[in-house]
Amino acid sequence: MERVVVSMQDPDQGVKMRSQRLLVTVIPHAVTGRDVVQWLAQKFCVSEEEALHLGAVLVLHGYIYPLRDPRSLVLRPDDTPYRFQTPYFWTSTLWPAAELDYGERGDGWPQTSSQDRGPQVPQGRAELAPLQPAPVLPAIYLAKKNIQKQGALVDYEKECYDQLHKKISHAWDLVLMQAREQLRAAKQRRKGDRLVIACQEQTYWLVNRPPPGAPSVLEQGPERGSRTASHVHMTKSADFYKREIEYCRRALGRTRVKSSVCLEAYLSFCGQRGPHDPLVSGCLPSNPWISDDDAYWVMNAPMVAAPTKLRVERWGFSFRELLEDPMGRAQFMDFLGKEFSGENLSFWEACEELRYGAQAQVPTLVDAVYQQFLAPGAARWINIDSRTMERTLEGLRQPHHYVLDDAQLHIYTLMKKDSYPRFLKSDMYRGLLAEAGVLLDTKRRVFPFTRRPRRSSPSPALLPTPVEPTAASGPAGGNGVA
Amino acid sequence: MCDQTFLVNVFGSCDKCFKQRALRPVFKKSQQLSYCSTCAEIMATEGLRENETLASLKSEAESLKGKLEEERAKLHDVELHQVAERVEALGQFVMKTRRTLKGHGNKVLCMDWCKDKRRIVSSSQDGKVIVWDSFTTNKEHAVTMPCTWVMACAYAPSGCAIACGGLDNKCSVYPLTFDKNENMAAKKKSVAMHTNYLSACSFTNSDMQILTASGDGTCALWDVESGQLLQSFHGHGADVLCLDLAPSETGNTFVSGGCDKKAMVWDMRSGQCVQAFETHESDINSVRYYPSGDAFASGSDDATCRLYDLRADREVAIYSKESIIFGASSVDFSLSGRLLFAGYNDYTINVWDVLKGSRVSILFGHENRVSTLRVSPDGTAFCSGSWDHTLRVWA
Repeated sequence: MERVVVSMQDPDQGVKMRSQRLLVTVIPHAVTGRDVVQWLAQKFCVSEEEALHLGAVLVLHGYIYPLRDPRSLVLRPDDTPYRFQTPYFWTSTLWPAAELDYGERGDGWPQTSSQDRGPQVPQGRAELAPLQPAPVLPAIYLAKKNIQKQGALVDYEKECYDQLHKKISHAWDLVLMQAREQLRAAKQRRKGDRLVIACQEQTYWLVNRPPPGAPSVLEQGPERGSRTASHVHMTKSADFYKREIEYCRRALGRTRVKSSVCLEAYLSFCGQRGPHDPLVSGCLPSNPWISDDDAYWVMNAPMVAAPTKLRVERWGFSFRELLEDPMGRAQFMDFLGKEFSGENLSFWEACEELRYGAQAQVPTLVDAVYQQFLAPGAARWINIDSRTMERTLEGLRQPHHYVLDDAQLHIYTLMKKDSYPRFLKSDMYRGLLAEAGVLLDTKRRVFPFTRRPRRSSPSPALLPTPVEPTAASGPAGGNGVA
Repeated sequence: MCDQTFLVNVFGSCDKCFKQRALRPVFKKSQQLSYCSTCAEIMATEGLRENETLASLKSEAESLKGKLEEERAKLHDVELHQVAERVEALGQFVMKTRRTLKGHGNKVLCMDWCKDKRRIVSSSQDGKVIVWDSFTTNKEHAVTMPCTWVMACAYAPSGCAIACGGLDNKCSVYPLTFDKNENMAAKKKSVAMHTNYLSACSFTNSDMQILTASGDGTCALWDVESGQLLQSFHGHGADVLCLDLAPSETGNTFVSGGCDKKAMVWDMRSGQCVQAFETHESDINSVRYYPSGDAFASGSDDATCRLYDLRADREVAIYSKESIIFGASSVDFSLSGRLLFAGYNDYTINVWDVLKGSRVSILFGHENRVSTLRVSPDGTAFCSGSWDHTLRVWA
């Protein structure tokens, strides 16, 4: 952000600065909101809307402050005058004020006090120890305001003022004295400067102590490990380097594919899937979120009597797509049944169940698989080569989630290279493809402003068995009008 | 399994020499001990053979890394945007907020879709986890966690349970019930235990296994029923912030990104890191696989999103713009992989053309930073959650 602001202030290429007239006083080096937006739009080649947004964010973080209405940090793209905040007050210069709460840790305060200097804060950040509290700073600021406006502080400011008073009451005299000093010093300045300084301070405190209810732009979320990395000492042991070396050696040994091949693969993938992507090519009959009509979902329910053409097409894209779609899988199972190789798919399903199942189930599942598929003379004996079979049977002695992986991969490859292409060429599949109708766009509603009631659907958590929902159970729920 | 040791100001008796000193936490074969600095130094030089010194090992590692970069560069013969010149440009995109889900009293931190394409679960800073039917915008379930900053939540594939966790260092699984007499919190199962905050969690292909990433620098695979640790993944040098499971046929890998600027691909069976990529300049907030499983995208605090190819073993595209100066907190691909949606900390969502590398559109609407973003399972819409307490579904 600072980079942007600095380039904005560049005398030759930055935003045009003029002396602005504010009521009666003249403020030098001010810019108008409109100029800011235009400059940003031009520099970054973005739309006005985006430039306005970016400018607004800069204002929110206190890098640019409004002169006319300093309470609200908003960027108005018109003649409203703004100025650039002095770097002294930037959010990135880590002031203790930015790290402490109002009024907490109220003992002791900075050694140096402010003299007759521009910004009314102590000199030399370096002289302040990290944990030196500065509830004194907000206290002084509020005290000044109090005196100036004779007790007309805004609600939350009043509350904070009282709180601070309680916390550092022992030093309250000093606070009041400081405040009066600063006010007196300020009176000796020109009105223009006074206004500018007042706005600067106001913005600074608005950013660092936002009024209750307003979001704080400084909030970052829970502390992350990397932020403390600067004062964390890392010693790398021999083990660490050995592992790095081992990793590098392994990585050097792996086969890599040429970039051109990989990138071409993306092109073909995106090209193939483009028409199936609702956000890119739209979806028929209509996108449920836009038209409030869930017909699209009903038509594409997991198990439906007549799958759509796009869906059947997708089964031809890859074996994985076919298996992931419950209808596709069922069709494939039927096909395999006709070829008397249905046990392959069943075996694969059983292996998946083992891999992702509960730890406690592992022994029973392994046993069941052995009995059904692997034991000599088993009912649905699968045909895998002897070496894999030997290895698998050996591994069954100590069952774990991945003990059947070799066999599973073998069967998967077999189905993928052999049965799957035949399936795609089969009459069954072609028949489905031909039958699946092409969808028409829903007719436009005659009265577009009457909102269609949105039907609710039963939660999957309610369904007795997750495998069996049919199309009929789609809109079974009541009318859920939003 | 010790790779790095960190300095922390804790005093006590050293686990090795039993003297009262300033202690450091040290990992020896996955067990955490506290050693004083002398013992830690001794341990660091343990395992060295003759003619090996720390310096020689370091230089060997550096030279191997250099060779690796060379090898990677040899096969890089073309850039993505060059190849993509043949592709038709995308038309103008008009995406609007179609649903706004209001109900969280505080910042929304994470969300996930259910497989039924319309339900979502979302979690927020005040500990509330809510399950919505986002099509009708009705709330269906709500749970209050005993901790704040619930940074991770996930929907089970069956749709019958949700998992969530955050500053409590745990991942808990709640079965969803419609029984009015039952309190959802009663059936809660504490599954994962980490030593620092939970940053991300995800179910694998079933309800019975869960993969978690944590601020303690590790990822772990757990059995939900018993809470047993099935596999742990060590290798990140700092907090792990995100993870994503690969949609590959063999379903064995996942990618994680962390504060050490590295994105690492892991083998779930062995716990080994298979590939690592370190080109970001700041924390990686979010990683997501490309739909084909051959690549993944990452979003980071350095205001860029990058695409890494797994077969070519390198970064192949950077999505950035001069006018984007805030970090990307969350990324996701559209169904075909042509569009990359990224939510940023400057309250906007940018939509990128993955192949051409250009920005297609910018979406305004949120009033505070976008913290999470996911495309729905059938690709009809995407949902974004933000620190402005709301979730928006865009289409």
